[in-house]
Amino acid sequence: MASSVIEDVLIKVEKEEAEKLKSITVNKELDLEFDTGLLLAYDKNPVDNRDFKDGKQEEFLLSLARDNTQLLINEIWKLETEKVDQIIVAKLPEPTTKLPREKPVPKPKPPTRWEQFARLKGIQKKKKTNLVWDEVHKEWKRRWGYKRAKDDTKEWLIEVPGSSDPNEDQFAKKNKAKKERVARNEYSRLKNIARAQKIKVPGMGLPPTSKQSKTELAQAVSVAKFSTASAGKFQEKLPKEKPPRNTGKKRKFQPLIGDFNIEKQKQLDLLKLIESKKPRINITQAVNKQMREEDMEARNSRKGPGKGGRKGNMTGKRRGKGKGVGKGPKGKGRKSQMKQGKRS
Amino acid sequence: MRPLTDEETTTMFEKLSKYIGENIKLLIDRPDGTYCFRLHKDRVYYMSEKILKLATNVSREKLVSIGTCFGKFTKTQKFRLHITALDFLAPYAKFKVWVKPGSEQSFLYGNHITKSGLGRITENTAQYQGVVVYSMADVPLGFGAAAKTTQECRKVDPMAIVVFHQADIGEYIRSEDTLT
Repeated sequence: MASSVIEDVLIKVEKEEAEKLKSITVNKELDLEFDTGLLLAYDKNPVDNRDFKDGKQEEFLLSLARDNTQLLINEIWKLETEKVDQIIVAKLPEPTTKLPREKPVPKPKPPTRWEQFARLKGIQKKKKTNLVWDEVHKEWKRRWGYKRAKDDTKEWLIEVPGSSDPNEDQFAKKNKAKKERVARNEYSRLKNIARAQKIKVPGMGLPPTSKQSKTELAQAVSVAKFSTASAGKFQEKLPKEKPPRNTGKKRKFQPLIGDFNIEKQKQLDLLKLIESKKPRINITQAVNKQMREEDMEARNSRKGPGKGGRKGNMTGKRRGKGKGVGKGPKGKGRKSQMKQGKRS
Repeated sequence: MRPLTDEETTTMFEKLSKYIGENIKLLIDRPDGTYCFRLHKDRVYYMSEKILKLATNVSREKLVSIGTCFGKFTKTQKFRLHITALDFLAPYAKFKVWVKPGSEQSFLYGNHITKSGLGRITENTAQYQGVVVYSMADVPLGFGAAAKTTQECRKVDPMAIVVFHQADIGEYIRSEDTLT
C-alpha cells in the first residue's frame, strides 16, 4: 500500500515535470521570424476572432504573449554566450531589420569656391598619406596639425633677408602671418557656409538685425547722422526729428573752480524756484483759523451785539498770518485737524 | 571732487530748508567770503574758495575731507544730513526745541525726546517739522523732527515722544569712523 502511494507521488511529479518541459516547447502553425539583434520576434500566425469574445480576450492575449516570449528566449539561448562577472551573457548579433530614418535625407550642399574652381580646371583630389617623414627629427609626423612635420613657427633660427629692416622681429612676423592665414581660412569657411544656407552677408560692415526697438533705431539714426565728414553738423533734420538725448557715455559736470558769482547766482535761482513751489499759506492753519472765526462769529451773534469789541481783536490776529486767509480747500484740512477745531 | 549738479543742489536745499527755511541764502551769499559746496565721494562739503583751491592739490584717493561735511547722498540720490552740519544749522534754525538737563544725556545717547524731557518749544511748530535741539543753556545738541505740533505737545501725556532724534553731538564719539 505504501509503495502504491509512493508510486502515485512519483507519477505526479513526473507529470508535473513533463508539463513544465512541455511548456518550453510551443507549437505554432507558422514559425516566427526572429531578429535577435533587436530582440524582435515576428509572429505571422492568424488570430481567431472567437478568441476575442467577451471575457476570454485577456487570457488569450496573456497566453499568446507568454508563448511568443518563450520562443524568443529559446532563440536567445541558441546564441553563443560568455560569462561576465559570474553572469551568463548572450552575445547578440547585428540587427537585420532596417529601421526607418529619424530625420529626412540631407540635401546636397552647394560646392564651395574651391570645389567649383577644381571642377572647372579638372583638378582631381589626390589621396595623401597622414604621416610624413620628418628628416630633422628623424620620425614620422603628421602632415598638418599638432606637432606637424614642417612647422613654420617653430624654427629656432631665421636668417634676416637682405631687403628687410634689421630691427624687425622675424619671429613675430612669422607668427603674425600664420594668424592672418588662419583668420582668412576661417573667414572663407564661414562665407562658404553662408552661401550654402543662402544667408546674405554684407561686403563691409555689420549684418542688419531683424527687429529693432524704437531706442535702437533712434540710436542707429543718430550714429549714422554723426558718421559724416563734419560729424553731422551739416545734416538736415527731418521735420519732426528731436535732438538725441544721452549721446555720450560720460556725464559733463561744471568745472571745479568756475566763476563763483555765476555759481552763487544759479544757487539763488534754484532757491527761489524751491520757494515758489512751496505753498505760501499753510493750509491746515488757514482752515483752522477759518473754523475758529466761524465759531467766534456764531458765538458772538448768539450773545448779542454787546460783545462787538471782540471782533476787532480778532481782525488784529488775522493780520499776522500769510497773505490772506481765503476759503481754502476745506476737505483736506478739516479731516486732519478735526480735533483741534472743536471747542475745548 | 566736483560741484553739485542742479538736481543734487535742489535735493540738498530742500533738505536744508526743512531746518533753516529761507536762511540758506545766508549760507550761499556770505559777506565775509565766497563759500561753496563741493561733492567728493558722495559727500557734500562746504568750504571757502581758499580751502577749495588748496584741496585741488590733493589726489582723489588721498583726499579725506574738506571744510565741513554737510551730509551725503545715498545710492538712490537721497540727501542725508550729518551732525557735522550743526554749526551751520544752529544759528539759522527756524524752529527750536530746548531739552531739560535731565534728559539731555538721553538725547545725546541717541534716544528720542519725550514730553517729560521737553523744556521749551517754539510756537507754531508744525508736525514733522525739522527742529534744532538745544540744551537749556542754549548749546546746540543736535537736530530732529517734531513729532507733535506745539499745541499737541501741551496736551499729550509725559511719556509720549515729542521730537524724533535724527542727529546729536554724541555721534562724534559713537560714529567716529564714519564721519569725515
